[in-house]
Amino acid sequence: MINIGEVQETNEMVEKENLDVRTITLGISLLDCIDSDLNKVNEKIYNKITTLAKNLVATGQDIEKNYCIPIVNKRISVTPIALVGGAACKCPEDFVTIAQTLDRAAKTVGVNFIGGYSALVSKGMTSADENLIRSIPKALASTDIVCSSVNVGSTKTGINMDAVKLMGEIVKETAELTKDEDSLGCAKLVIFCNAPDDNPFMAGAFHGVTEADAIINVGVSGPGVVKTALEKVRGENFEVLCETIKKTAFKVTRVGQLVAKEASKRLNVPFGIIDLSLAPTPAIGDSVADILCEIGLEHAGAPGTTAALALLNDQVKKGGIMASSYVGGLSGAFIPVSEDQGMIDAVEAGALTLEKLEAMTCVCSVGLDMIAIPGDTKATTISGIIADEMAIGMINQKTTAVRLIPVVGKGVGETVEFGGLLGYAPIMPVNQFSCDAFVNRGGRIPAPVHSFKN
Amino acid sequence: MEKAADKVIITVVGKDTVGIIAKVCTFLSESGVNILDISQTIVSGYFNMMMIADLGAATKSFSDISEQLDQLGEQIGVSIKCQREEIFEMMHRI
Repeated sequence: MINIGEVQETNEMVEKENLDVRTITLGISLLDCIDSDLNKVNEKIYNKITTLAKNLVATGQDIEKNYCIPIVNKRISVTPIALVGGAACKCPEDFVTIAQTLDRAAKTVGVNFIGGYSALVSKGMTSADENLIRSIPKALASTDIVCSSVNVGSTKTGINMDAVKLMGEIVKETAELTKDEDSLGCAKLVIFCNAPDDNPFMAGAFHGVTEADAIINVGVSGPGVVKTALEKVRGENFEVLCETIKKTAFKVTRVGQLVAKEASKRLNVPFGIIDLSLAPTPAIGDSVADILCEIGLEHAGAPGTTAALALLNDQVKKGGIMASSYVGGLSGAFIPVSEDQGMIDAVEAGALTLEKLEAMTCVCSVGLDMIAIPGDTKATTISGIIADEMAIGMINQKTTAVRLIPVVGKGVGETVEFGGLLGYAPIMPVNQFSCDAFVNRGGRIPAPVHSFKN
Repeated sequence: MEKAADKVIITVVGKDTVGIIAKVCTFLSESGVNILDISQTIVSGYFNMMMIADLGAATKSFSDISEQLDQLGEQIGVSIKCQREEIFEMMHRI
């Protein structure tokens, strides 16, 4: 039988160490909403979302009460809209109406975010894909909780450099259209390589075409729990360190598994996957960078950071995989800058640069995330940064992503405040040398060879 | 009414005072909740109790019991939590 010590341990994780379930994300397929009449598409989308997700928020709150575990976000992901709207939308403005419908439907059911305003263009773009991409700045500026993502490369197809070039311009335009809110629109736009179909985390969530009609995906979190566990093994060797991370990841993931199963049962929607990521928040003690410090670094970004992060990421996976039979999504440690107080401190102390962050993305999940850069950064430079990050994903057969915010009207040394879970960030300097000729070549980078690994 | 045959864990944490267990147990007995196990410690004046209880024959729903325990806790000046047992089983047992 459960003993008092175990009960105390669990409750302390929740009360003192910020253990939470980060998100219950309901994936909804909108493929059956396709129609050649734009008004009908919008109507069908609204009806399907508001019907299927009607009880999502209430169910989430009920599960919170039953187990006394906070479920921070309730979200929806939908089929990439470029596929759903392709038959009806003849221009970018048509797509914007769908974004507004998604926003309205999501607000009606009371979720925090809706993701899937997306296009998958890793090899080429259809005219619908291009129209959707060109509509992103307006779509994000005229909605509040819609999130957008574009997959521009994969290990199997290579990198679509035309799309990479275009995305540099789109990021700039989104920043410009949302400049009154410190270019907040860019915080809702992710550019991916090897995007997973079942990721529950925003802003990159979408409901892949290989998925069922509706599915529950759950993202767990708990950097604070890992940090507290590591405080007890200071000075011990790597074996003890790894064992501790693994055990903690196991416990955290089990909670996610329980919540996912319960939500699936109550909503009568099949359970998809657990995403066992360590997702930080700006709250003190909920930081991935603090774990790196606890492992033995003065600041995130110091020499040894990449190795420490690699170890952390791998142990989280090893512990989590034992805890749930269906692990998917991104699953690893997130290293967003603005959402992690420890990362912000590291940038402000001069310990962490964009280049070091890029190296860190080689060994952790996702990539250059929530990084504020000067508003006058050129579109081609942003495309260059995207291309670098996509190349890391393509060659290493992993998901990588870019979420950069060129803050209009601000430069290095200034700070930008996004509020809530998105946090705040010091603006980081960007390498000033040009990559115009590289980005302007056009075409695509071929898929890499899958042998001769070195 | 939602009736749960499941086991719940009730934890009481707060400054020690006379009659905490009595009040909690009286409430549970009035609600038809069967107590299976109680363990308790006092660390530097702080009262820490855990109960495993069965709601199988309860006359109230889980959410009512949970809410009323919360109110009872406020009256006594301690924090009372009522959670379904699975969260602990999942976390601490393979």
